[in-house]
Amino acid sequence: MNFKNFREYLSWLYFQYLLITGIYVLEPWEKSIFNSVLFSAIAMVVYTSYVFIPIHMRLALEFFHEIFGGQPESTMTL
Amino acid sequence: MGVVFLRARAVTLLGGRQIRLPLISFRTSRLTLYKPRTLIFVKFRVASQSVKMTESSASKLLNGEACQRALRAKNAGKNGFVKNHCVFEHPRKYRRPAEKNQNATSNSSLYKKPFSESFEETPLLVAVLTYMGYGILTIFGYFRDFLRHWNIEKCHIAHEREQQKDFVPLYQDFENFYTRNLYMRIRDNWNRPICSVPGAKVDLVERVTHNYNWTFEHTGKVVKDVINMGSYNYLGFAENTGACAGAAIETTHTYGVGVASTRCEIGNLDIHEELEQLVARFLGVESSMAFGMGFATNSMNIPALTGKVRNLIPFLFLFCFRFLSVEEFWNSACYSLKEKQLFLQRIIYKKKKGCLILSDELNHASLVLGARLSGSTIRVFKHNNMQSLEKLLRDAIAHGQPRTHRPWKKILIVVEGIYSMEGSIVRLPEVVALKKRYKAYLYLDEAHSIGALGPNGRGVVDYFGLDPKDVDIMMGTFTKSFGAAGGYIGGRKELIDYLRCHSHSALYATSMSPPVAQQIISSMKIIMGEDGSTLGADRLRQLSENTTYFRRKLREMGFIIYGNDDSPVVPLMLYMPAKIGAFGREMLKRNIGTVVVGFPATPIIESRARFCVSAAHTREMLDTALEAISEVGDLLQLKYSRRGRPLSSLGWSSEESLLQD
Repeated sequence: MNFKNFREYLSWLYFQYLLITGIYVLEPWEKSIFNSVLFSAIAMVVYTSYVFIPIHMRLALEFFHEIFGGQPESTMTL
Repeated sequence: MGVVFLRARAVTLLGGRQIRLPLISFRTSRLTLYKPRTLIFVKFRVASQSVKMTESSASKLLNGEACQRALRAKNAGKNGFVKNHCVFEHPRKYRRPAEKNQNATSNSSLYKKPFSESFEETPLLVAVLTYMGYGILTIFGYFRDFLRHWNIEKCHIAHEREQQKDFVPLYQDFENFYTRNLYMRIRDNWNRPICSVPGAKVDLVERVTHNYNWTFEHTGKVVKDVINMGSYNYLGFAENTGACAGAAIETTHTYGVGVASTRCEIGNLDIHEELEQLVARFLGVESSMAFGMGFATNSMNIPALTGKVRNLIPFLFLFCFRFLSVEEFWNSACYSLKEKQLFLQRIIYKKKKGCLILSDELNHASLVLGARLSGSTIRVFKHNNMQSLEKLLRDAIAHGQPRTHRPWKKILIVVEGIYSMEGSIVRLPEVVALKKRYKAYLYLDEAHSIGALGPNGRGVVDYFGLDPKDVDIMMGTFTKSFGAAGGYIGGRKELIDYLRCHSHSALYATSMSPPVAQQIISSMKIIMGEDGSTLGADRLRQLSENTTYFRRKLREMGFIIYGNDDSPVVPLMLYMPAKIGAFGREMLKRNIGTVVVGFPATPIIESRARFCVSAAHTREMLDTALEAISEVGDLLQLKYSRRGRPLSSLGWSSEESLLQD
């Protein structure tokens, strides 16, 4: 399929989303309800990951660094 | 040579019990049932080393030899008929090379040409997404029902009145829920009004809806020359010009249009007699009978063949010699109440005549209705699965009727020629072999296959090259290939004479209208070649060419197509609920009229678009249609097939596929 520009490709992708979720058959206001619910759920997921993933990554890295990388410091005898 | 792919699941059933019968003793053994939906690409070639023993043992039986178990292949001749085993042995995992050769060399295949059917399995991702789509739509359905219930929005559909709210609910089952919330949203794809003859091209009335398919309005315009891929017009006889139409007009001038009576009274015209003799000659049977409606042919004649009987003689005996009236009998003290009830039930009105109907899983609603109306026991075998049918036959003969274990009065196997939702053709040689082996009767419904299959257009019996006398009751309709309306039943003279007196349709239904009968007569003569031209042969050849071309092209494009390679009914799988509506609308935008089918005519995730190829379609029309289908397939992402598709960059020829040999 040949798309003249990026906007057409995006609208085709939106059409596929409508078909796969079955929203295509619903009335416009129902589509809006579903889209807003889905969008807010995804936004919440993104926000939570933005807030918590750096903290969790740092803690995980510290944990593993202590197990493997921390050995020479503690068992070194002079 | 012939490679067979089977995904079989071994199921041990009946544990190897030994059952004794007067003449035959056999032992049921491990059975393997294979799901028809798994990837089965089965090819039977003449004189090939087929791994499946089905045809080999069946043809040996037909050649008069005893059927043998695989392990005792060498001692076959010595056993004779005493130890008979399953006609269709089930594919086993361990096979000795010796028996393979023996089976292959000593048979001529039941099938004279390759029988290739395929029902590709639903891709897992597509199935999951389809269920997800249905789930989301169900949630919205509940939401809308809630709004309707609390009167937040107006309810357009039938619902109980205010005074009936405490009664048993009428509209709560899933069918009604589905109709309200899913079917209504895409309803504009069905019941489209047509305003011309439904030939290769048709005119549609344009309609718009302002309240999302609850009501329609006609704009007054007509969509002209829509390529018709939905009409059952296999030989192109749906036309308003030509020899058939001329003859029908003549007949209208002679007889009028209405008959105003039933066949048994004064509605039996000479044109009906001529039609019936012609149909009998066409099919190769002794006699036939024609009815006004195809659905009524099935639903009214199966009860006449396997139905209830009222046995009046013991009734008269009892009341003449013992009691003077029913009240006296009922009030007499010599029998207990239970005895009286049983007596009345069993002797005066025999509920079941002791007939068994074995019908295919996917039989048409008319056959199911006829079987249910007859009151006989119905057992269902898996679609086109001969092992399942054989198992049912063996169980029926071994165990007899449910409580009394008496033998069944008759066993009727009901199958169709072409199954219109699947596009599959019945395995008729095997069914006939089974029927002869187990002494059952065969009812063949050739609604879609008469006129459309076979080198002479005589239907599925002609397609397989069998003898029409093998099929006890040949039923068919005139709606599809003959461009008329009505149905027929053909068979032996005694059977048809019986049906003339006992069929409900003959007694109560109006007989066929004369112009319709004349249309059938003219079209049948054209097909047989008796009108002197080669039009019939041309159309038959054109239909088979169109079918092969259309199916091949769709397979190459990458769609999932169900069914046999020779059937003119082509189901194309859509699966997702939103794509049902989208496909119908997009095809109409490109001026092609298609029929899309969803639940409840098909299983809920297997919705499809069904094309009916016609001899009236020219190559250009098919090319236009194929181009549009490909375009819509790319737009909606319908090319689900995972078989090896030809990649033009690698330079493969278009005929090759990974699974063909």
